[in-house]
Amino acid sequence: MSDGKPLITTRNLSVHYPLRGTLFGPKPVVRAVENVSIDIIKGSFFGLVGESGSGKTTLGRALLRAAPITRGKVVYDDGEVRYDLPEIEGRELKDYRSRAQLIFQDPYAALSPRMTVRDIIAEPLEVMGLTQSRAETDERVREIAAKCRLNLEHLRRFPHAFSGGQRQRISIARALVSSPRFVVADESVAALDVSIQADVLNLLKAIQQEMGLTFLFISHDLSVVAHICDYVAVMYLGRLVETAPTRTLFRTPRHPYTRALLSAIPSLDPDDRGKAQKLEGEIPSPTNPPPGCKFQTRCPFAVDICRKQEPELERAGKDHEVSCHRWKELMETEPQMAG
Amino acid sequence: MTRLIEVQNLTLQFDTDEGRITAVDDVSFSLDAGKVMGLVGESGSGKSVTAKSLMKLNPGNAVYGPDSRITLHLDSGPVEVMSLKTATEMQIVRGGAISMIFQEPMASFAPAITIGKQMVEQLLIHTDMSPKQARELSIEMLNRVGISDASKRFRQYAFELSGGMRQRAMIAMALSTKPKLLIADEPTTALDVTIQAQVIDLMKDLVADFGMGIIFITHDLGVIAQTADHVAVMYLGRLVEQGPVREVIRTPAHPYTQGLLAALPHLDDLDAPLVPVPGDIPSPLERPAGCVFNTRCSKAIEGPCQREVPQFTKVNEGHKVACHLYTHEKVSA
Repeated sequence: MSDGKPLITTRNLSVHYPLRGTLFGPKPVVRAVENVSIDIIKGSFFGLVGESGSGKTTLGRALLRAAPITRGKVVYDDGEVRYDLPEIEGRELKDYRSRAQLIFQDPYAALSPRMTVRDIIAEPLEVMGLTQSRAETDERVREIAAKCRLNLEHLRRFPHAFSGGQRQRISIARALVSSPRFVVADESVAALDVSIQADVLNLLKAIQQEMGLTFLFISHDLSVVAHICDYVAVMYLGRLVETAPTRTLFRTPRHPYTRALLSAIPSLDPDDRGKAQKLEGEIPSPTNPPPGCKFQTRCPFAVDICRKQEPELERAGKDHEVSCHRWKELMETEPQMAG
Repeated sequence: MTRLIEVQNLTLQFDTDEGRITAVDDVSFSLDAGKVMGLVGESGSGKSVTAKSLMKLNPGNAVYGPDSRITLHLDSGPVEVMSLKTATEMQIVRGGAISMIFQEPMASFAPAITIGKQMVEQLLIHTDMSPKQARELSIEMLNRVGISDASKRFRQYAFELSGGMRQRAMIAMALSTKPKLLIADEPTTALDVTIQAQVIDLMKDLVADFGMGIIFITHDLGVIAQTADHVAVMYLGRLVEQGPVREVIRTPAHPYTQGLLAALPHLDDLDAPLVPVPGDIPSPLERPAGCVFNTRCSKAIEGPCQREVPQFTKVNEGHKVACHLYTHEKVSA
């Protein structure tokens, strides 16, 4: 399936939400996502990380046409069909909905308590009219349920009878039953216990390889992303600050924010205490972003230019892009930045 | 080192429509002043219920076992928490000698009362301060936990603060009564990693300054490695392993602790496969007989593990494990 071509391509994608303004002057907007350009390669696991408020969920939703695309180009091309996402409507949009699916964060809130597991999984097929008969629907449901390690007896029961890990497998089966090509998994393991989380991650990876799926994996947990994703994009206040293949990003992070995120992960070594590079302050409100580089208010390396001019993404290596005025300089002067 | 609290044979059951559920089963541990104990376990393991028992904060259908004993050593002498009956008696521990920080700071502040008023109110109940003194101390505490512009924050409502800020305010409030014991129930779980690192640092500073004991409840072994002196691992209401943090994390003895550590993604080896602990946590209505972990344990010994409840065995100085592998060594070899 993977031929190195992108399934999703975005160019300068922006999502703005209007705020209630005053009677005079221009209406204020929240720039939830601003000028994001990414290529999601077919058959890959693309990770999107950042703190809450960084715009990662909004970006994921825009790619599903579930958030309004204010500006920019988004192209979906799976070889069979090619859609300009901001343009499609009606039948094409309905067809896109069967090709692009979402797995939610909270498996307790995502499943209707009054439907059996069979009906929950079958609903997308019925709504989209993808099957001709009940027998065909049942067969598709059984097939996908088996892939997600749910057995026939499970299908007759209601969600309350299941544990968190089993519920998340039901959500995954529901998202995959329409045979999508593109799946957005938004914090899909965040609500699970560690011992179960590994199981669901392994399942996602196995299904992705078996069905040749392309995943956008949104998470705030860098260690999970490191294990499952091929590429990673780091977001801060709606902007991309760094993108790279996973290994490159974790070995040689170039942006001070990526660096700080990595060092904030609590180490399992009790003798490592206090070595982490601490980030001061909190992410600013997107209604009132700082001028220049969005990270300058918390960056220990910020200088004058960072406060005045917003940096552009530039090449820092093969498939590696970073948006920081000082990354080259910091690589030489800050030993811990050299990686 | 002075002993702060001793918990002996704590057993707690809940009467529900579906039957009597055992939430905590024969749990014993102790904590010294100025130390941090990490209580680790997954959801449903009974860690929060155990912590709440220290203040008898569990709902009316809670039934404590007859042998349960909780002794709190205060300057005025030891207090038997189990024998406290009325709400007035309970004030010695609730908000007095013991304070608690919860996971979701938005849910623990009243939304329609200012942060300051809530901080002052508890000081007026638990201390003999005047309202003016209480106000001054509250603002000082907000400053102490790194909240800038504390006198302005004092007049604000919880919704006006960010998540990290709210958790700091919660900590300030919990510490202003100068408790001997602080129970922190997943205090950083809802926070972003960068903010989590700030809050962990803050809590470490506060232990050093105030010399209180902390029971730190979390499911995150990384957070435990960074904060705790001792660790107790809980599974389905039972403690399965206890010991110094270095030993438990580096040489875990119980198969469950080993499984938890293997299931964690390690950043230094991206190729290492993630090994889940097989199966799901059983429902508390269907607690397995014998060792509670035997249904998911890859090393379970046919026979003893399904029949006998394992007792604690010493692995090393201060490091104990409740597992038949360490008492039936000939069988497992």
